[in-house]
Amino acid sequence: MDNGQLLVALGAVLFALGFAGLVLRRNVLVMLMCMELMLNGVTLCLVVFAQQAASTAATVLVFLVFVVAAAEIAIAVPIVLLLARHKHTLDLGAYTDLKG
Amino acid sequence: MSNLLTLIVVLPLAGFLLNGLAGNRLGKAFVSAVGCGLPALSFAAAVAAFRTLEATGEPIVDVVFRWALIGDSAFEVSFYLDRLSAVMTLIVTGVGSLIHVYSTGYMKDDASYARYFAYLNLFLFFMLSLVLGRSLLVLFVGWEGVGLASYLLIGFWFEDPAKAQAGKKAFITNRVGDAGFLLGMFLIYTAVGTLEMDRVNAAFMGPELPAVSASLVGILLFIGATGKSAQIPLHVWLPDAMAGPTPVSALIHAATMVTAGIYLVARLSGVYLHAPEASEVVAVIGILTAFFAATIAVVQTDIKKVLAYSTISQLGFMFLALGVGAYGVAVFHLYTHAFFKACLFLGAGSVIHALGGEQDIRRMGGLAKRIPVTFITFAVATAAIAGLPPLAGFFSKDEILWFAFASEAGGAPWLWALASLTALLTAFYMFRLLWLTFFGQPRMDAETAHHIHESPWSMTGILVVLAFLSTVGGFVSIPHFLEPMLPLPATDEHLHHFEVPLIVVAVLIGLAGLAAAAWLYGGDASRAARLGARFTGLHRLLSGKYYVDELYEAVLGRPLWWISDRIFLRLGDRALIDGTLHGLAGVARLGAAALARIQTGNLHLYVWLALIGIFALLWWSFGHV
Repeated sequence: MDNGQLLVALGAVLFALGFAGLVLRRNVLVMLMCMELMLNGVTLCLVVFAQQAASTAATVLVFLVFVVAAAEIAIAVPIVLLLARHKHTLDLGAYTDLKG
Repeated sequence: MSNLLTLIVVLPLAGFLLNGLAGNRLGKAFVSAVGCGLPALSFAAAVAAFRTLEATGEPIVDVVFRWALIGDSAFEVSFYLDRLSAVMTLIVTGVGSLIHVYSTGYMKDDASYARYFAYLNLFLFFMLSLVLGRSLLVLFVGWEGVGLASYLLIGFWFEDPAKAQAGKKAFITNRVGDAGFLLGMFLIYTAVGTLEMDRVNAAFMGPELPAVSASLVGILLFIGATGKSAQIPLHVWLPDAMAGPTPVSALIHAATMVTAGIYLVARLSGVYLHAPEASEVVAVIGILTAFFAATIAVVQTDIKKVLAYSTISQLGFMFLALGVGAYGVAVFHLYTHAFFKACLFLGAGSVIHALGGEQDIRRMGGLAKRIPVTFITFAVATAAIAGLPPLAGFFSKDEILWFAFASEAGGAPWLWALASLTALLTAFYMFRLLWLTFFGQPRMDAETAHHIHESPWSMTGILVVLAFLSTVGGFVSIPHFLEPMLPLPATDEHLHHFEVPLIVVAVLIGLAGLAAAAWLYGGDASRAARLGARFTGLHRLLSGKYYVDELYEAVLGRPLWWISDRIFLRLGDRALIDGTLHGLAGVARLGAAALARIQTGNLHLYVWLALIGIFALLWWSFGHV
């Protein structure tokens, strides 16, 4: 196994860990962190593939993903903060108001 | 001036726009000035155009603009003045202007004064484009336009549902006729390649006849004419049209619009000259209408309804003349009829005005001394329509009877006999009307009797003018004037010695009608009542107008109503269209209810669902790559 394959495998593991955390944990903040973990796993794969294909466009795309991720977390964290202030808990079970 | 004809037509249109748009704001004086002034100017222009026509002897053509260019065929809006359209234009603008002036008195207290004059001017505009249009297409636009104006004016007091209903009835009945008119027009265009009526006539008069059955064209156009001119079987709208203001009945439903059918046939006489079958149909329908309408008029009790049936009957006379090839004579009767029937209607308006809206002649009587000017003019016009010499109606009716008898283009003794019988009925019911209205004991209640007053000079003055024209109008020999373009048919040489006796018979018939009415209604009404009691069945049949309305209701109205209700409304509209839409909405609602169940608010479930979705998509795309 060369480095590239190892790094892709690492990305896959990160993604799987993140996903497991997302579906198993009930703390909203932790779920958010798990989502970041999944995103990072995917981004890692993207970097590796960009290296292998020697593509400048793909490398630039990585930075774009970082920007989007930063924006996303900048919105998600205040939402979680407001929710926590409203419900006085971070437990997911309290957040089932939006049902049909 | 080269645009004289356009000017004649456009002046009333300007009146319509001014009165329609600004009339309500500018007051009654302005409305009256515009409403009467522009038609009068139009009349002056018509006189000027007529003098030019007589000076040059050539028809005046006035091309306004090219309407449409389709392939090789150009449709122009152009006006055409020859002797026939000149006579019509002078009648329309002349009688029209008089009735406008009369209306200023009659409609004085109406809330919708400006709207009334706007409609009346609009009518004149369309009527003049009908008369002056060179192409059948322009004529048709005018034809439909006068129908619209008629509809608007019949339903002028639209707050009353019965009156609005009468307007709709007139409009819808006319649509039936218009279908025939359109088909005839298409046929002419296919065969001749032009719709300009002088060229159509020339094509039919030329050495090579167009490859089309002239009789078919003639009958199709005549169907249109039966609608507009209220002939059997489309006569039912005219009596109901009396719901409109009385001056409207005089102008539109007696003097001008209803004669459009006569004008159409006379205008296309070239077609009818080559269509003996169509001419026969015209003559037979004409005489039957004349006769049946006259019998109905004998028992009517509404002053305007008597006059309405009388109009239908007189129009039947005109069609009889057209049917036996005497086109000029028909126009002659149209011309005299315009005077005396306008005078009668306006006189009836004056009576109604005096009695505060009463129209039932059973509640009139003894008005001769109370409203003398109305009485004298009404009596003159009655004598004119009854055909007493030397009044106008005598000359024109006598010529119709003569040609019905002796014309070689379809005249027959039975036509003459039935026409004479109709003339007798005409004299009878008109003098009956005169007697019941103006003589005998007053039968109105004291309150009404107290308020009887002669109409203002704007109304009586017009009555006097029209009565004068009804007196002397017959001395202008229209058939002779029109002979260069509408030659009279040849008459049978062997019958010429009948000419003088027939005139004597015609006069005797008029006097007999007068005598019969005087005898029946002169004393108390007991003679008439006894006569009515003896022939109850006949009386009921006539009072019921031969139950044509009821027949149409049963044969056409009900089935149409049933189809509309059951098939179109319940099956088509409600079941099919509404059902489809409600069905779609129901599916969407059910789908939404089902999907709402997975909307639990549980984030973990959403994540799982998203994951399942992603895997399903991946699996699907692997299968399809």
